[in-house]
Amino acid sequence: MTMLRSPMLAASRLTLARTAPVTTRPMAFLTARAFSSSAAAARDTVLRLPSNSFESYNCDPPSLDVNLSKDALLNMYRQMAIIRRMEITADGLYKAMLIRGFCHLSTGQEAVSVGMESALTDEDKVITAYRSHGFTYMRGGSIHSILAELLGRKTGISKGKGGSMHMFTPDFFGGNGIVGAQVPLGAGIAFAQKYLHPNAATFTFYGDGAANQGQVFEAFNMAKLWDLPCVFVCENNQYGMGTPADRSSANTDYFKHGDYIPGLKVDGMDVVAVYQAVAWAREWALTSGKGPLVLEMQTYRYAGHSMSDPGTSYRSREEIKKVRSNNDPITRLKEQLIELQLASEEDIKAMDKAARAEVDKAVELAKKDPEPNVDSLWEHVNVKGTEAPFLRGREPSERHHYNR
Amino acid sequence: MSNILKKAAVVSIPTVRQALLRSNPLLANALLAKRSYNSKNGVEMTVREALNSALEEEMRADDKVYLMGEEVGLYNGAYKVSKGLLDKFGPSRVIDTPITESGFTGLAVGSAFAGLKPVCEFMTWNFAMQAIDQIVNSAAKTHYMSGGNVNCPITFRGPNGAAAGVGAQHSQCFAAWYGSVPGLKVVSPWNSEDAKGLLKAAIRDPNPVVVLENELMYGVSFPMSEAALSNDFVIEIGKAKVEREGTDITIVSHSRAVGFAMAAAELLEKEGVAKVEVINLRSIRPLDIDTIIKSVKKTNRLITVEGGWPQHGVGSEICAQIMESEAFDYLDAPVVRVTGADVPTPYAQNLETLAFPDTEVIARVIKRTLAKKIGA
Repeated sequence: MTMLRSPMLAASRLTLARTAPVTTRPMAFLTARAFSSSAAAARDTVLRLPSNSFESYNCDPPSLDVNLSKDALLNMYRQMAIIRRMEITADGLYKAMLIRGFCHLSTGQEAVSVGMESALTDEDKVITAYRSHGFTYMRGGSIHSILAELLGRKTGISKGKGGSMHMFTPDFFGGNGIVGAQVPLGAGIAFAQKYLHPNAATFTFYGDGAANQGQVFEAFNMAKLWDLPCVFVCENNQYGMGTPADRSSANTDYFKHGDYIPGLKVDGMDVVAVYQAVAWAREWALTSGKGPLVLEMQTYRYAGHSMSDPGTSYRSREEIKKVRSNNDPITRLKEQLIELQLASEEDIKAMDKAARAEVDKAVELAKKDPEPNVDSLWEHVNVKGTEAPFLRGREPSERHHYNR
Repeated sequence: MSNILKKAAVVSIPTVRQALLRSNPLLANALLAKRSYNSKNGVEMTVREALNSALEEEMRADDKVYLMGEEVGLYNGAYKVSKGLLDKFGPSRVIDTPITESGFTGLAVGSAFAGLKPVCEFMTWNFAMQAIDQIVNSAAKTHYMSGGNVNCPITFRGPNGAAAGVGAQHSQCFAAWYGSVPGLKVVSPWNSEDAKGLLKAAIRDPNPVVVLENELMYGVSFPMSEAALSNDFVIEIGKAKVEREGTDITIVSHSRAVGFAMAAAELLEKEGVAKVEVINLRSIRPLDIDTIIKSVKKTNRLITVEGGWPQHGVGSEICAQIMESEAFDYLDAPVVRVTGADVPTPYAQNLETLAFPDTEVIARVIKRTLAKKIGA
């Protein structure tokens, strides 16, 4: 392991504790039933996904019956609420000119990172592009360390030296700013897993905008050739910056882009479907000889591409409004929880309130945190103890000598 | 198509030396001069063999070290640097890649993030242009961007600089390119000891290291000291070596051009013109400016010699750093850069000869610089 466990990593990891006793009833549009055969299984809720949740390419799709505990489902809700709140907070901080440079928000796409994490272990690895706040949180970064990074503070998850696009945890490799370049990196992480730990997989995320980069196909080829435990996940939020998918891609069925790699299209606005797809894909990747997979998460970005983009020149306000009101991932899970009687309206309100309070508290702390020490300008150019004797600053007298 | 070109380049190697001997007596003399060195223990090794032993020793010492690149395994290496390694370490550690530099470089970098120590071979550094984003943006910067959370212990290696008769796209030096990037270390070996010691140091270094070898040096033999034959032999990255002591003028060079500088120094000493100090940089980044400053304070004159282009070259950087240092006050003449000509490398032999420095050009510039005096 090349990374250090950091105190900035909070215990945000979802554990699939199947301990809470849950009684469920069949619903009008959600099929749910309780197992009665064993005490352990009885604690699980079996949810029936809509039949259009998956579309497969050269493989059998996963089952539409999903086993999840009440705790797991409530955790998913909490986590999506926190990510939404965190992104809305970042939006406000940016507009207040407290966040600099680039800031890419994932509002609307929360089900992808949350559903994914619910199906993974610490041994599994994840890498994505620049829309990384939600993934960083789900992979163990604390709300405070993420917001502090955005604010350029010493306490940021990358010590204030990475910013919005560059956040890492021991099982999350960023946070990468060059569109598509993270895809071969992800294949390489899977290569290392195969070399070191055969029982874990890497989930390599990229957007629909990156899907046509040459190196994505180069990575597909090597991953298939070498049977790497790599799941390529195209997070299709419908727009590569301001270009709709059908104006950039000759084939907008991104789950078929792997050609010789089987694929699965997933309703990425349904956190339970994402969970089921990722759990299935993980199994697939770890089954020797099956090789990689390409998943396509159909999702939607409410915000503009970045903060400088109002997000309305290439799509209508009505389109955004329609997705928000009919297909919002948080609202969808909320409705399921209430239908299944796993939570009441009051419970949901309490979770929303708690998420808001947690984020608000973290942002207040982060705002008070100091900027990085000026000496940290010189740290981490090379690994500590292996630096050059000195590095030059802006003029010859600004010279930093390393103590070795 | 690029595969054909690459193979074509490979086919040309065995003929290169003979061709040079036939047609370029000055260069031939320089090569022969090197061949005539005698080591005390009598052990000689080609640069190719030295690189091969470095790879084998480091792969034996640490099973996280693996080799990846085009034709490194079954074909035994396009230039035979990896000869025998597939048989010794098997296909899980000696990995033939498709011809997809961007992809396999990114893959190697990702594996370094996740705990392995890859040696990523480029058939030549020219092809690494396809992958320069992964080297600069992914490998060099991630440790810094992550606030030290992610390491990237990777070695990028392959032949750099001009080959012979292979035209513009296959003949250029990338020392200045990679040497400009914070986060990278860059080494450029000249002889067999350099090659072994620097490659082993690169593999052991926890940072991304660029190793710029030279195709035309692969087949040249040099003596190996007792120490250099040991499994523990490493050369510290960031330290230059004074290859030849002198008092009248300093030549700073790297890679193959060090041989020309040595030959020119020998020539001028024989002619009774000057005692020339020759510094072999060994490392481009960190650049051992202190060794150069010390030498300039002694000799009061400085020439840089490299095969790369003049503008923004390694020599340009040395000139600038000398200007900014106390050594400036010790100069008796302006520093001169001897470099490759400011043109894409031509194919025809007479033109190619004019595109790169050789012993004659260096000797000429030494004489001219000795005759100059600032303010005179």
